[in-house]
Formats: sequence, C-alpha cells, structure tokens
Amino acid sequence: MLNFCLRRLAVGIGMLIALSLLIFILLRLAPGDPIDAYINPNVAMSQEEMAAVRARLGLDQPLPVQYLAWLGGALRGDLGFSLQRNGETVLGLVAQRIGPTLLLMGTGLAIAIVVGIGAGIIGAVRRNSATDLGLSVAAFLGISSPAFLTALVGLYVFSVLLRWAPSGGMLTPGAPFSLGDLASHLILPALLLSIGHAALIMRYMRASLLEVLNQDYVRSARAKGVKEFWVVVKHALRNALLPVVTLIGSTIGIAVGGAIFLESVFNWPGMGLLLVNAVETRDYPVIMGATLVVGACVILANLLTDIAYAAIDPRIQVA
Amino acid sequence: MAIAETSRSRGGNGPLARAFRRFAANGAALAGIAILVPMLVLIVCYPLILGHKPNDIDLLALNKGPSVAHWLGTDGVGRDILARVLQGGRISLLVAVVSVAISVVIGFLVGSISAMAGRFTDAAIMRFVDLAMTLPPVISLLVLASITGAGIVPTIIVISLLSWPVLARMVRARLMELRERDFVVASRGMGAGLGHLLWRHGLPNSIDILVVYATLQIAAAILLEAGLSFLGLGVPPPEASWGNMLNAARSTVVLEQYPWQWLFPGAALVITVLAINFVGDGLRDAFDPRSELN
Repeated sequence: MLNFCLRRLAVGIGMLIALSLLIFILLRLAPGDPIDAYINPNVAMSQEEMAAVRARLGLDQPLPVQYLAWLGGALRGDLGFSLQRNGETVLGLVAQRIGPTLLLMGTGLAIAIVVGIGAGIIGAVRRNSATDLGLSVAAFLGISSPAFLTALVGLYVFSVLLRWAPSGGMLTPGAPFSLGDLASHLILPALLLSIGHAALIMRYMRASLLEVLNQDYVRSARAKGVKEFWVVVKHALRNALLPVVTLIGSTIGIAVGGAIFLESVFNWPGMGLLLVNAVETRDYPVIMGATLVVGACVILANLLTDIAYAAIDPRIQVA
Repeated sequence: MAIAETSRSRGGNGPLARAFRRFAANGAALAGIAILVPMLVLIVCYPLILGHKPNDIDLLALNKGPSVAHWLGTDGVGRDILARVLQGGRISLLVAVVSVAISVVIGFLVGSISAMAGRFTDAAIMRFVDLAMTLPPVISLLVLASITGAGIVPTIIVISLLSWPVLARMVRARLMELRERDFVVASRGMGAGLGHLLWRHGLPNSIDILVVYATLQIAAAILLEAGLSFLGLGVPPPEASWGNMLNAARSTVVLEQYPWQWLFPGAALVITVLAINFVGDGLRDAFDPRSELN
C-alpha cells in the first residue's frame, strides 16, 4: 500500500512538472514581452533599468535556464504580477479567489454525490419502472445541457421569475457577514453545478448496481432469506460503489469547467471568474498562474482518488 | 435458430448488415435522426424560406417579442431571432464538423503511429496524451483561446487541438491488438510499409471507433464552441452562433426582459446536442457485437 501510494505520488509530481513546462511554453508563445509579467506596471522605468531587470530576472538567459528559474520562483510562490490589476501579485489574486471556488465546487459535488447515488440506487432497484424511466430521461437531459445554459435558465427561473434567490455575487454588498446570507447566495449556483454531475453519477451508479445485483453472491444472500433492503444496502452497494468512486474523482476536472461558467453567470468571485476576466484582458501571468494552480488541484484530486480506491478495494494490492 | 433464419432472410448477415439492423431497431437513435434531418434541412435552406436575413436590421422592431412579422422576436438592434438562430446553427455546426474532422485525422494518425512505431515513440506519445488530458478541457480551451484570440478559424483550431487525445487512445488500443493478428504480421513480412499498414489494415479495422467518436464529438464540439462564444472568446459578433447569442443573456436586462433572445438559441442547442448524442449512442450500440447478446 505504501509502495503504491509513493509510486502514484511520483507520477503525480512528474505530471505537475510536465504541466508547468507546458504552461511555460504557452506563456512564451503568447504575444507580448515576457518581462511585462515581472515588472510593476505602475512604476515608470528607463531602458537601462529594463535591461537591468531583464538581466536580474535571467530573461537574457537561454530558455531552459529561464524555465528552471521560473519553476524555482513558482515553487517559492512567486508567479509574477498581474498586468491589468494595478500590479497585484498573481499569488495574492489566486489566494483570495480559491476559497469561494472550493466552497462552490465542494457544495455542488456533495449535492451531486448524494442525489446521484440515491437516484442511481432507486433506478437500479426499480429498473424499467416509470420512476426509473423518468430518472433516466432526467439524467440524459442533465448530461446534455451545458453548464452555461442550466446556469442561465436556473437564474431566470429562480431569481427573476420566482425571486427565491439573489441573482449573483457571494454576499450582499454592504451588509454585515452572516452565514445565512452566504448560504442564500450559494445554494442556487451549487444546485445548478450539481445537475450535470448528479446525472453522470446516477447513470454509473445504476449500471454498476444492476451488474452487482445479477451476481451469484447476491442471489445467495436472497436465498438465505436476507431482506431485500439489506441485500441492496449491505451486500450489493459496497461493491457497486467502487467504480462510482473512481468516476467522482475523474470528474473533478469537469466540475472545474462547470464552475467557470457558473461563476461567470452568477458573478461568483472565484477562480473561474478570475480566469475568464484574465483571458478577456489577456492578462497572461494571471492566466498561467491560475491554470497551474487548477492543474495542481486536479492532479492532487486524481491522486487522492487513486489512493482511496486502493484503500477500499482489497483486490488492488501493489499493482 | 429461428431468429437466425429470419435475420438472414432480411438482406445479408454480415457485420454491417447486422449493425444496420441494430441501429434501425433503436428508438432513441431513430428519434435523433428524425430531429436532426429536418433541422439540417432548415439550417441549410433557410434563406429560401425565410424573408429575413440574419444581419438585417428592423428599426421599427427593437427588442420585440415573437410576432407574425418576426416569429421568434427580434434582438436589441432589430435583427430577426429566427434567422439568427438558423444562421447560428450553420456556424455552430460548421465549426463543430470541421474541428471534429481535423481532430479525427490527428487522433487516428497519432494513435496508429503510437501503436505501430516502436516502444519509445509510443511511451513518449502516450505520456503527452496523459498530460493533455490532465487539465480540465474548459481550462485548456481558455488558455488556448487567450493565445489565438477570437474568430471562427481560431475557434476551430482550439477545439481540434483539444479533442484528439481521447481518440488517439482508443485507436491505439485497437491497433495494438490488430498488430499481432496474422494477416498484419503476414503483410509486414511481405514488406508492407507503415503507410500501407495504416491505410489498408488500420483504417478499415478502426472505422467503427472513428464513426462513433466523430458523431459524439460533434455534439461535444458544439458545446465547446457555445461555451467559448458564451464567454465572448469564440465566434465574435456580428456573426451569429448559438453561443454568442447566449452571450447576450449575460446582460441582466436581456436575461430578465427579453427571454426569447436567449431561450430559443439555447433550446436549439440542447435539442441538437441531444439528438446527436442519441444517434451517437445508437451507432455505438449498433457497432458493438456484444450488444446482441444482452
């Protein structure tokens, strides 16, 4: 087990380094002078000073040396300055945006896991019934509707027509902070974010549980006279959950994508909105810094999923 | 036995004939076709039927709801929504089909070269594919779009660059298996080059993967284009696309007061994507020989 974890960790670190290399190359492909990323745009500089900064930052060095220097800076948390936001550091921007995104994604994923697994169990236990058919159609719709459209329709229906929820932002401006205020702003985007995921998890859960319910040991349990409820919950569900755990881990990336659209529709002050604004204004240091952080989070999530999977499935020993 | 007899009597029992029969028995896939064909006809022929052009401005009808003159209403500068939805369909489908065609070619070539050419090339290519699949697609889309800028051609390039890795994996898996088969070994023994192997053996034996992938990927590409244009980074106005029509709804006034301006392109988008997914799933089941056993 330890061996397995260490090996996966090594692969994860390798991926992260490769990702940073890719991001560095993209940064250099982008139009504009890379030195803009490192100097505070509010301070006027002469040519000589620019040359001095260039030399100090090593931008006159060959590219591989520059990459190592950039990597060193990134490891120490120095991702450069924003080009558009009055010289704020990229790290500071990312740090203040990552909390709201984690809150939104975490809530959305939690809802999706509960709803998706519940609906999947119902669909499998009552397969081919009207309930199952209804759930399957809903799941297909959920998977086929893009996040930006569910976000718009949800905003229109619940905020504009029904006036149940505020139409955007994370807190009411000017009002003192309260958990209730935060929750009322959070619930609608989190629900909308969970739709696509719940649909995906439900389909996997249903298929996986159906397969397990057909196996011999389940028939044995039934033949022993175990109540149907306990057959499903105690005997079948445990094994059926395994592929779903992997699915949940591997869809974190999709959740990040969905969160970007929800944040930009609901004006949620997270990483997604930061990234979209940065792309609109071609703020390359912010784009690259945010991408690197998101990539690191996705790699970490996949790593944790793999380890969790190995922990709950005794068949995966040291692969 | 009786089933085998009847199926033989209905025109051949080859793999293709059986796949076709399976497809024809799939209700959802046929429904998808029934939605897609009229939609395509409308999108292609709409200038013949419709009096309005997508960029014609009717100053007497700004932000008007659906009426006899403008069936789906007009937008803020008096352009006909129906005409724009249909023109948007042209652009969205054009972007999707062209970018999928490019990514299928890239995916097939990369996957097959990875399978056929040596262990080192294979490992290098597959690690790159792993890497390309690490980042969430929307993030890669944004990063690439920030470098290429907005426009129809950049959008096509960005989407094609993003969609090939999964296909390359599938083609590689298929060809790894094919590589060991006797007829391929024989062909190699007789001195066939890489080009011959790919063209005469690789392509015909992975055509099912390509067709299914391309169909489902067209739906995905429509969504990618719409997402990119929705954020204002894809197809730029005044050209219409479903995504940039939805972009109008980022303004609160349009979202609240003029819902027809974004609901109709949104509906067209979802219906099209659903129909294509139905057809794609139907094709996948039809090509899968195991599906008859269930």
